[in-house]
Amino acid sequence: MAVNFVRPLIPKLATDPWAIQFDAAGHLKHLLTIEGLGSTWITRILDTAEGFMSVSDRDIKKVPLLRGRTVVNLFFEASTRTRTTFELAAKRLSADVLNINLSTSATTKGESLLDTLRNIEAMQADMFVVRHEQSGAAHFIARHAAPHVSVLNAGDGWHAHPTQALLDAFTIRRIKGEFAPLRIAIVGDVKHSRVARSQIHAFNSLNVGELRVIGPRTLIPNDIEPLGVRVYHDMRAGLKDVDIIIMLRLQRERMESGLLPSEQEFYRLYGLTEEKLKWAKPDAIVMHPGPANRGVEIESRVADGPQSVILQQVSNGIGVRMAVMALCMSAES
Amino acid sequence: MIQNPPNLGIDLDPVRHPEGCRPGIDCDTWLIRGARVIDPNNQLDTCTDVYIADGLIVGMGAAPAAFVLEQAQQVDAQGQWLIPGVIDTWARLREPGQEHKATIATETLAAVASGITTLCIPPDTDPVLDTVAVARFIKRRAQLAGRARVVAIGALTQGLKGELLAEMAELTEGGCVAISNAHYPVRDLRLLRRALEYAATFDILVVIQPEDPSLAKWGCAHEGIIATRLGLPGIPVSAETAPLAQLLAIIAETGARIHINNLSSRAAVRLIEQAKSEGLPVTASVSAHHLWLSEMDTDTLCGNTHVQPPLRSLRDRDALRSALADGTIDCVISDHQPHESDAKLAPFPATEPGISGLETLLPLVLKLVDDGLLTLERALDALTRRPADLFGLTNSGRIELGARADLALINPDTLWTLDETTLQSAGRDTPFFGWDFRHQTTATWVNGKQVFFRADGPVMSQ
Repeated sequence: MAVNFVRPLIPKLATDPWAIQFDAAGHLKHLLTIEGLGSTWITRILDTAEGFMSVSDRDIKKVPLLRGRTVVNLFFEASTRTRTTFELAAKRLSADVLNINLSTSATTKGESLLDTLRNIEAMQADMFVVRHEQSGAAHFIARHAAPHVSVLNAGDGWHAHPTQALLDAFTIRRIKGEFAPLRIAIVGDVKHSRVARSQIHAFNSLNVGELRVIGPRTLIPNDIEPLGVRVYHDMRAGLKDVDIIIMLRLQRERMESGLLPSEQEFYRLYGLTEEKLKWAKPDAIVMHPGPANRGVEIESRVADGPQSVILQQVSNGIGVRMAVMALCMSAES
Repeated sequence: MIQNPPNLGIDLDPVRHPEGCRPGIDCDTWLIRGARVIDPNNQLDTCTDVYIADGLIVGMGAAPAAFVLEQAQQVDAQGQWLIPGVIDTWARLREPGQEHKATIATETLAAVASGITTLCIPPDTDPVLDTVAVARFIKRRAQLAGRARVVAIGALTQGLKGELLAEMAELTEGGCVAISNAHYPVRDLRLLRRALEYAATFDILVVIQPEDPSLAKWGCAHEGIIATRLGLPGIPVSAETAPLAQLLAIIAETGARIHINNLSSRAAVRLIEQAKSEGLPVTASVSAHHLWLSEMDTDTLCGNTHVQPPLRSLRDRDALRSALADGTIDCVISDHQPHESDAKLAPFPATEPGISGLETLLPLVLKLVDDGLLTLERALDALTRRPADLFGLTNSGRIELGARADLALINPDTLWTLDETTLQSAGRDTPFFGWDFRHQTTATWVNGKQVFFRADGPVMSQ
């Protein structure tokens, strides 16, 4: 299917921070953002993940790839799903895993991010999985970490959540096969979403047929079209002929800051109900990075319905994260 | 008259003496021979000798009658430019209050090492510069450091809180050259209007940096394609233009002399242009880094491009350049904000805004001249005569008989690179490391005293 669609026109920055994702030999060392990976690396990660998916079905759900290595989950922001799937992924690769929840400890005592980093580094960690509320935090840590340490971004501010975008691409590829014929719509709070930003880069790298974002103007950032998306403010028009619908989580504080009048109005206009789902293609699938606010951005009957692949996303997340960990750790050896 | 303070047993001269620099020679009679003397406002651009005595320029070309050549230090300055010392009207020296970032001693040395002879410092010191005592303290510290002249800009409101007017008449009588609320907003427009009316009574210059705190809230970068792509909270152009338009409406009624500080956007330039065409008493400045950098230089690996107001689009940058060239923007400032290294060691949004700008002010503006974007006349006017006139430094910023001998000698053709070794400021937070420049300050005089010279610079003889 030919779709008349403009490819991204991203101006080149004076300095490309994503270049530090690769080591001197051009191998992936850190995963900080989808930008700069290109279809080659994304496809390599997805193919590797395919190989790891069978591990979860075995009696002994372990491979010895990272035996003797230490993975530290450094979470400066609360998270259940992402942290547990990273933990599980590391354990299935036989790594030792340390979970450090910093949202309530060191940083509130005035300890700087760099101090925290140095202290944990002293514990001889090999990999940091980092979530932080500031955009660019994972890059910052990758730049200042010891040379042997790999850094995986598990979400930084509004900037990036690359493993989420990869597991979404993985889920789509398993169900739909090819990306080129697909129309994908990302619905809701794109402005504050690191997930949406990483998805936009991933799907464009994979040459998806058409990529749309749908939401009110307050939740769609300025100048987003050059990243390679079409903007829709009307749900019916935006969902027309769409193969994949990705609903984003709507944070409650958006109402307090005057971006939306109420949850009810958002649900009426943009919440994915069974009725609105009919506007998309009949075989469209529904995705959500979780955790879903039922009755705010998605109706329960849709979230639990036959077109929903939300739980597959979660289990695919383990395989994709195993793949990323294995690939990044093989860089330095 | 300010007296030297008694020795309080504290280190009063913590000046670093970097290689190639040394403290001033205690001599106030100078003959600078053969330099290309440039002062566009006096239609002066000629190779001649300049005679300095008693802090003033006493002769040009030929020695004045009373000049005793034998007592004078002579400088052979052939092939160099002698220009009026640069007047930087917005530079934070961090003293008093934030001496862990920098001190008056360290920063005034950085200033004179880069051709700046006068620094105006904004009132957001700690304690706030809302009393004459603080202004005197700053002046005294600068005198002890013995480098650049430092003058204070007093507070517009007490504690910069935007609630009660500061004693602006007393502040200006006490030596403040202007008043300002720095980057703190005056939210109450009635109070702002009254502050401007009161200032107009005494013809006090009010410096205002327009930024609406609610529109700029949480923001750290220009709201545009780069912020969208990097997920950085944006600061829209309206954060600058909305308060500026309000301010201009108030000025139309009150008539106060207003200097708009640190413009960042094309839309704000348009507003200034219109206000000037309507005859409003408005002038404006831009920082040197906004003339060279844009959102495209946003580097999330390093906080050195996190500035306030933010670096905007290339179109904005180009509009600022042409507004400087045509005089819509009057002066260029350094917006110097030296930081300790920890202030910039964080993810981009968490870094403190501001850069160390003193030492790139003159080189960056002269680089525009090299690139044919600005005439040398306008460049020097924007750095010397224009700020001198606006801030009431009436005998500075010019080279003429009887003018204050605040001068900078520039080697116009020496390739040098800004790096860790050439930067003097205690603040190492500059995005210009690695940039090449052609113009280098080789010697500086303040009040007729040589306060800086570069060892490989001009030849000295007696």
